[in-house]
Amino acid sequence: MGIDFIYPEFEVKRDRERCIACRVCERQCANCVHSYDEESGLMLSDESQCVDCHRCVSLCPTRALKIVKSDCALRENANWTTDAINEIYKQASSGGVLLSSMGNPKPMPVYWDRILINASQVTNPSIDPLREPMETRVFLGKKPDRIKREGDELCCELTPQLELSMPVMFSAMSYGSISYNAHKSLAIAASKLGILYNTGEGGLHEDFYAYGANTIVQVASGRFGVHEKYLEAGAAVEIKMGQGAKPGIGGHLPGTKIGSDISRTRMIPEGSDAISPAPHHDIYSIEDLRQLVYSIKETTGYRKPVIVKVAAVHNIAAIASGIARSGADIIAIDGFRGGTGAAPTRIRDNVGIPIELALASVDTRLREEGIRNNVSLVVGGSIHSSADVIKAIALGADACYIATAALLALGCHLCRTCQTGNCNWGIATQRPELVKRLNPDIGSERLINLMTAWNHEIKELMGGMGINSIEALRGNRLMLRGVGLNGKELEILGISHAGE
Amino acid sequence: MKRVFVDEQWCLGCHLCEYNCAYANSGADSMVKALKDRQIFPRVRVEDTGKITFALSCRHCSDPICVKGCISGALSKGTDGAVRIDRDKCVGCFTCILLCPYGAVMAGEGGAAIKCELCLENACGAPACVAGCPNRALVYEERG
Repeated sequence: MGIDFIYPEFEVKRDRERCIACRVCERQCANCVHSYDEESGLMLSDESQCVDCHRCVSLCPTRALKIVKSDCALRENANWTTDAINEIYKQASSGGVLLSSMGNPKPMPVYWDRILINASQVTNPSIDPLREPMETRVFLGKKPDRIKREGDELCCELTPQLELSMPVMFSAMSYGSISYNAHKSLAIAASKLGILYNTGEGGLHEDFYAYGANTIVQVASGRFGVHEKYLEAGAAVEIKMGQGAKPGIGGHLPGTKIGSDISRTRMIPEGSDAISPAPHHDIYSIEDLRQLVYSIKETTGYRKPVIVKVAAVHNIAAIASGIARSGADIIAIDGFRGGTGAAPTRIRDNVGIPIELALASVDTRLREEGIRNNVSLVVGGSIHSSADVIKAIALGADACYIATAALLALGCHLCRTCQTGNCNWGIATQRPELVKRLNPDIGSERLINLMTAWNHEIKELMGGMGINSIEALRGNRLMLRGVGLNGKELEILGISHAGE
Repeated sequence: MKRVFVDEQWCLGCHLCEYNCAYANSGADSMVKALKDRQIFPRVRVEDTGKITFALSCRHCSDPICVKGCISGALSKGTDGAVRIDRDKCVGCFTCILLCPYGAVMAGEGGAAIKCELCLENACGAPACVAGCPNRALVYEERG
């Protein structure tokens, strides 16, 4: 073995005064960091394997553990950062493409944090959501251009709509990239909350057909697990053209994760790599997309809305305009900070654009072209809080997709090593002894808590603005002001600067 | 009566229940003080075959054979249904350990037998193993 140039990133600090050598850390670490030395009666650690997932920290009954960033540092260099140097070392030793998980961690601007929300003072009344009714229900789908009535009867035909109790859904995460118990938690929570979760591209496990009314079934370029019953099972069908974390490329679920259940669900042989191609090989134009949209509508008898999901890229407004004319009912746009179970690092960190700018430009373009009613807009890619949801809706979204936030609720600590399959929290793993660590009863409760809390906050924020329904907030950019943004950014976002 | 039940589907084999039990019955005000550098004598034990793990403690049988067999009258079944042991009366003959079909009575520190008393006799008031179980594998409930 040659020299390992990379010094371990983290240190395991064990307070010997507190450690009772119960060995819980040892039993809970799938990376085998902790071990017990019978001779000395002491716990030892091999920090080179530590990914800073905090499983041991969270379960240590005497709080004897903490994981800290190693202060063993290379000579300081503002140009060549330690990360940049270590990546060179890694590639020089492996010769491979760098892989990463979860969303882009680089310090790129978060526009949500540069946008402030309005509130009523003196001249217009705010509303107290605890005393007055407040509507957070939304309907997603194509809306009619005009309304016709005959007498008191509404006589225009509505295309299928998705009804959500609040403007948030759980975004696509495939069975395979996340575990059975993670999927089950999402499915239970979505059905109890009256929202939807999304199967991702890995098909739908037979146990979860029961949650179909709250499921979006996805059709991606690999077409894993897609068959008529699958399309019929969901409340809507999503065609995945792209993903914010890795626009322009497909996915790769390694064969080691394709056990019997996943093999059956995805309809591929056990142990074979699940590789979804970069493009859909039958889609090279908006006209081709239209054919797939209508194939799906034919198959499902025009009873289910069709969503087209794309990554936020440079020409997103023109792309969205095309999709809005393709017959799709809903466009989902995934920003460059969106998560993933595995993506090439360079793509995750350098490709795509911020969701805030993409959303504003798409909403503006569709309005200008008079086709905003053709589609609903759903946005995702690092929605951190209910405030981000409010800002997204005021910028023009109909609803938000959350995935990282949902995984955090399930116990994810964003150690960003999903690609190893050793998730100590039972989320991004298929190892049965790890999967069982996530009890869906607990997981679904935590998701329901999170969404309930967000819904309360959404009502509070709307009430402060004097708005009593989400419908009245949508595209209401007057409720937003920018801080510290330049003229071009404000122009794209379509908002004024604070003080204006 | 409410009993402690285990669902091995969710048992992680982390053994935290054993440490929470030992701490709860120590009377000490910190787990470190109670358990550091000591052998622990928990009243719940994790059965571990490597693949299947589950925590086992007294079933509080409706007709407890350990009580019948106790030669010193240390074991008794209360009106609340809980089977308790009076450690001052226990002579350490361990007949109860031999009789218990579940292996839920064990030898404690100093020779007397110990067993789960549902934390009704210590400061917790409800089973500490259940409260501390990280995956809800242990539950304390009434079942028909």
